[in-house]
Amino acid sequence: MPEATGTDDIDGVQIDLISGQRMEGMASMEKIRMILDGVHDGNIVILEEGLTPDEESKLIEVTMAEISPDEFNGIEIETYPRSGPSDSSLLGRIMGSDDSTAKLTVIGPANQIETLHKDETLISALVSRN
Amino acid sequence: MGLFTELKDSISRVTDRLFSEQEPKRIGIYGPPNAGKTTLANRIARDWTGDAVGAESHIPHETRRARRKEDVEIERNGKTVTIDIVDTPGVTTKVDYEEFTDEMDKDDAVRRSREATEGVAEAMHWLREDVDGVIYVLDSAEDPITQVNTMLIGIIESRDLPVLIFANKIDLDDSSVKRIEDAFPQHKTVPLSAKEGENMDEVYENIAEYFG
Ligand SMILES: Nc1nc2c(ncn2[C@@H]2O[C@H](COP(=O)(O)OP(=O)(O)OP(=O)(O)O)[C@@H](O)[C@H]2O)c(=O)[nH]1
Ligand SMILES: [Mg+2]
Repeated sequence: MPEATGTDDIDGVQIDLISGQRMEGMASMEKIRMILDGVHDGNIVILEEGLTPDEESKLIEVTMAEISPDEFNGIEIETYPRSGPSDSSLLGRIMGSDDSTAKLTVIGPANQIETLHKDETLISALVSRN
Repeated sequence: MGLFTELKDSISRVTDRLFSEQEPKRIGIYGPPNAGKTTLANRIARDWTGDAVGAESHIPHETRRARRKEDVEIERNGKTVTIDIVDTPGVTTKVDYEEFTDEMDKDDAVRRSREATEGVAEAMHWLREDVDGVIYVLDSAEDPITQVNTMLIGIIESRDLPVLIFANKIDLDDSSVKRIEDAFPQHKTVPLSAKEGENMDEVYENIAEYFG
């Protein structure tokens, strides 16, 4: 991912919003690498279209392999609307068909996100800067 | 993994499938940490084979390697089903060793968390490759709608695996089986207390019916 310039001297949290289009041509492992590279840098990664169940399973697996004490505790992940076979909510339809991957997904470093709460209509995250 | 083992594995998977009529089905016991998976696996194993599967603990991530108990014969209504039960480490997306430092010193906590991460990765692998059905265990006193539960159920569904949801710990005051039924209406939910042995008849009936 191209580095945004001049972020070092700003005290803040970087958010990467990744379009479905950008993900389209990528292989599963490329997507997972891109997500975890972002999260390792302390960024919040938002995917316009989420991952497939298989990719989610691999994301968990790779995340586990990369956890290391005092450095990386893993990830927080939330999807909206909820994944599931009976997913035909309005947003789900607007965001493109009943395709179960068409779900907004928010991923961030576990140690920096205090609450990443979600209900039917809201994802709420509290992000610390360090 | 070497090419040869990989080849061997895939051949054995094919033969597994060919002989699936005779071979016992491998039933993975999945769920979040501390749900009571090992307590359940031990109860099933003790009821039908006489010995246990692994250690239970109030500290999460007690199980850090998938453990298999083979050829568990369960008899229900004159029908016998033989299954292999696989007790898996509780799945999570994060592990922080500092959660364990109240209970043990730092070295042990770091070791526990490292083993836990390896165990979760292993459990995910089993789910993608090596199980024929899933018992998904939830602590019915906790909110079932978590990202891990939603993701895992989604992964299980995408693999077309038969799945039973076990609402465990119904002996607790805060237990709500309905909360689980409402969260996953597409699946059968069976209430039980693995620790107290409550409702095990229905548990075995459903195992025989779903995985037989
Ligand atoms: N009250 C109550 N407690 C239970 C029940 N089943 C298990 N427990 C307790 O819950 C705790 C966790 O049980 P385990 O069987 O180790 O849980 P697990 O899902 O294998 O946990 P991990 O291996 O760490 O993922 C232990 O203290 C058990 O005694 C139950 O039906 N009722
Ligand atoms: Mg266990």
